[in-house]
Amino acid sequence: MSEVIVVTSGKGGVGKTTTTANVGTGLAAMGKKVILIDTDIGLRNLDVVMGLENRIVYNLVDVVEGNCRIKQAIIRDKRYPTLFLLPSAQTRDKSAVNPSQMVKMISHLKDQFDYIILDCPAGIEQGFQNAIAGADRALVVTTPEVSAIRDADRIIGLLEANEIHKIDLVINRIRYDMIKRGDMMSSEDVVDILSLPLIGMVPDDENVVIATNQGEPLVGSNTLAGRAYQNICHRVLGREIPFLDLEKGISFWAKVSGIFHKS
Amino acid sequence: MFKNILKRKSSREIAKDRLKILLISDRVNCSPEMMEMIKNDIANVISKYMKIDTKTMEIQITKTGNKGRSLKNPMLYANIPILDLNHE
Repeated sequence: MSEVIVVTSGKGGVGKTTTTANVGTGLAAMGKKVILIDTDIGLRNLDVVMGLENRIVYNLVDVVEGNCRIKQAIIRDKRYPTLFLLPSAQTRDKSAVNPSQMVKMISHLKDQFDYIILDCPAGIEQGFQNAIAGADRALVVTTPEVSAIRDADRIIGLLEANEIHKIDLVINRIRYDMIKRGDMMSSEDVVDILSLPLIGMVPDDENVVIATNQGEPLVGSNTLAGRAYQNICHRVLGREIPFLDLEKGISFWAKVSGIFHKS
Repeated sequence: MFKNILKRKSSREIAKDRLKILLISDRVNCSPEMMEMIKNDIANVISKYMKIDTKTMEIQITKTGNKGRSLKNPMLYANIPILDLNHE
C-alpha cells in the first residue's frame, strides 16, 4: 500500500523543503521505499537540500512532456538505496504542468514506492493545485507566527475543499526560551487555533542550517531537530511516540531570564 | 511605569487573540461590507417594533461547539441592546 503525502504551508520559508527532505530520508532509513517529488517548478530547492544537485539530468517537466521516461528522471540518493528524488525544472514555470498530469504520473509511481512525498511550492495558485492533486494526506508546516498560522489556516480550508481530510500539523522553529517568557505562541496555542492533530514539533535549531549547508538531512542525528524529525517519521508510520521535551535543549541563562520575565 | 510592564499582555496572548478573531472572518468567506449590510437590514426590521441602540449592536458569524475547525453549523450571532421596549 503506497501513501502519497503532500508537504504544504501556504507561506514561504517556514520549512516545507526541510521537512520533506528529513521525513523522506527518515522513512527511507527505516527501510521504506520513498520518492520525493519537488513540485516547485521554476524554483527548485529540494535537490540542493538533499545534496543531489549535481546528478540532475531530466526533471518533472521532461517526464510530463514525454521528453524522457520517468525512470531516467529519477535520481537515487547517495546515502540510502531506497530513497529517490524527482527534481523540478528550473527554467520553466508552474503552467508547464497541470493537476491531471500530476495525478497520472503519481499513479504510475504508486506501485513502485511505499511513500511518495510531494514538496509543495508556497502560495495557493497552480503550483499548489498540482502538488495536492494526487495526495492522500497532507503535512501542514507552520511556525508559531501570526502570518504563517493565518496562511496555514487558509491552506487547511483548501485541502478540505479538495477532499484531503487526513491533515497533520508540523510546528517548526519553536523557541522554548521565547515561549517561556511569553513572547511566542506554544504548540498548544497553535493547535488550539488551527484544530488539527499535531504530528511534530521541531525546535529552532542551528543544526538545520548547518545540515542544509552540507546537503545532508539531519534526521536521526543526535540534535534536537534531528530527533524531532525522526519522531515525525515514526508518527507518519502510525506509531505513537511522546513529544520531545524541548526544554532540555535550553541553556541555563535562557532559563534564568525566563524566570524573570514570567510574572 | 513598572506596574504597566507587569500588567501588560504578553505578545503571545496578543498574537493568539488577534488570530482567533482574524481566522473567524477568514473562514467565513463573508466580506465586511456584506456583514455591514446584513447588520443594517436587521437594525431596520427590529426598529419597527422597538427602540434599539444601533451604534453598539454587533453581529458576527460563529460556530456552535468547539470541536473541529469546520463551519458546518455556522450561526449568526447578534447582540442588539434594546433602549425602549415600548416603541410607540
